[in-house]
Amino acid sequence: MPTLALFPESGTQLAMDAFSLRKCYSAYLPDAPLLVIRKPPRHAAYVRVTHWITTFAFLALLVSGIEIVISHPRFYWGETGNVLMKPLFQIPIPSSRNTVPTGYRYVLPDQNGWSRYLHFQSAWAAVLAGLVYGIAGFLTGHFGKDLVPRQGDLTWNAVRGVLAKHLRSAHDDDAGSYNVMQRITYLAVIFVLFPLIIWTGLALSPMFNAAVPGAVNVLGGLQSARTLHFFVSLFLLLFVVVHIAMVARAGFRNRTRAMIAGALQAEEHS
Amino acid sequence: MSKISRRKLITTGLATAAGVTGLAAAARLAKQYGLAAPDGGGIYGPGETLNYAAQRVLAKNALAREFPHSMISKAPFANEVAPPNNTFKRLQSHGFADWRLAVDGMIARPASHSLADLKAFPVGRQITEVACEEGWSYIAEWIGTPLAEVLNAAGVLPQARYVVYFSTDSDWWDSLDIDEAMHPQTLLAWGMNDGDLPVPFGGPLRIRVPRQLGYKSVKYITGLTVTDSLKHFGKGLGSASPEGGYAWYAGI
Ligand code: HEM
Repeated sequence: MPTLALFPESGTQLAMDAFSLRKCYSAYLPDAPLLVIRKPPRHAAYVRVTHWITTFAFLALLVSGIEIVISHPRFYWGETGNVLMKPLFQIPIPSSRNTVPTGYRYVLPDQNGWSRYLHFQSAWAAVLAGLVYGIAGFLTGHFGKDLVPRQGDLTWNAVRGVLAKHLRSAHDDDAGSYNVMQRITYLAVIFVLFPLIIWTGLALSPMFNAAVPGAVNVLGGLQSARTLHFFVSLFLLLFVVVHIAMVARAGFRNRTRAMIAGALQAEEHS
Repeated sequence: MSKISRRKLITTGLATAAGVTGLAAAARLAKQYGLAAPDGGGIYGPGETLNYAAQRVLAKNALAREFPHSMISKAPFANEVAPPNNTFKRLQSHGFADWRLAVDGMIARPASHSLADLKAFPVGRQITEVACEEGWSYIAEWIGTPLAEVLNAAGVLPQARYVVYFSTDSDWWDSLDIDEAMHPQTLLAWGMNDGDLPVPFGGPLRIRVPRQLGYKSVKYITGLTVTDSLKHFGKGLGSASPEGGYAWYAGI
């Protein structure tokens, strides 16, 4: 985001980032009073609020989801599946039910009660925050402006450039906006993984399936929906891990502060 | 404190206050329109009430999916049940000839039905899936008496809002709102896959609520009580499930 600067004496307005502003013009206008009159935040308020609601909800969904899966760590394909049927695969962990053959000699304590309450409550929080974010994102043109890759950025060379830069140094100096890799992953999360996790999750609800039978049927049945829900959550987890690593490389404290307060610190003193 | 941050503080404060007031108003409305779940107190109350209210508003009359004969599971899984108590064993030794379903509460004609009485009502059949909250499932054909038939014969009073059901296991009881109880697919099942309902699957009599998870379909049903409030049943949370940490509303 450029800083909009006003030189009161000449009446000139300049839009550029604060660093260049000082570097380029201080030599020519050493004593010119510089007044920063508007500094658009890096992230709009609705992005910041919904981002952190989603983050808390995601952590709660992850913990409770793992708890729920422990009660039946077997996955099937099709409409039905139970311990008398052959699973597609089984996660080699102990279970919280003694009816599940796991190979372990012990049974974990049942945590499904609060896990399920928490899972659905967090799902509501994530979905409602996602709706606010999605609607506001379209209305403000945020997706088109800040997330759809810029023209020319979608070439293999541009992507390789971003990757090479990241491998060479941790310093990300193009802090003005998201780079092409960030844009692609954010779009994938917002418009592919998020809708898929909601869809496959709803398709596990017998009441939802009564109301919208097509939603589960096109996925191949209840057990297919459950298996897909599991894999989509793995992809989301992978995204979050890479996402946090990328934020860490770009400067964890500064970027996270910006996601909380709106602006990067470097710009705050200009 | 600068002007900006003071303004920010005031806006945030006002937004929070509006949010809290909004939530309180929403809770009041939910209660008034019968959208609040009986276990909607507590920290997980908002999620539980949203689940239940969404169903009441969007899917009150939706029908559970029914399947073709060819999809009936060859390996249905009965799950574990508590060992039968002495009353159950005595009834079982007489072929359940003395099994009784007591119907009482806010109805015009209290009744006590034998299995033969129940079978004299119009018969309901459905091929539906039992989905357990743990994640597994199976499909079976369920044959029984629609709960609505029994309730209509009993003459439900207009102020009735819930039907509570009890089993031989005193720790296992539950309830449905009156719409779910009157739903055409809610069944008092005594048959499964063209035979008698086997004991491991809830025989001689279980309730089948195909639009909710398996734990709502309580086995070994012995009594129905029609009521306008769930306050005086157990801890007042609607069923034994919330007392064990599980949600009363099991449509998800
Ligand atoms: C502790 C966990 C997390 C941290 C520290 C974190 C941090 C951040 C930061 C600093 C940014 C801005 C990046 C930049 O300015 O270059 C960001 C953006 C974003 N994050 Fe996260 N994040 C976390 C978890 C999540 C989760 C769980 C999700 C979703 C599942 C998520 C989705 C996003 C998206 C979609 C954006 C782009 C937002 C936009 O500009 O519209 N994040 N995150």
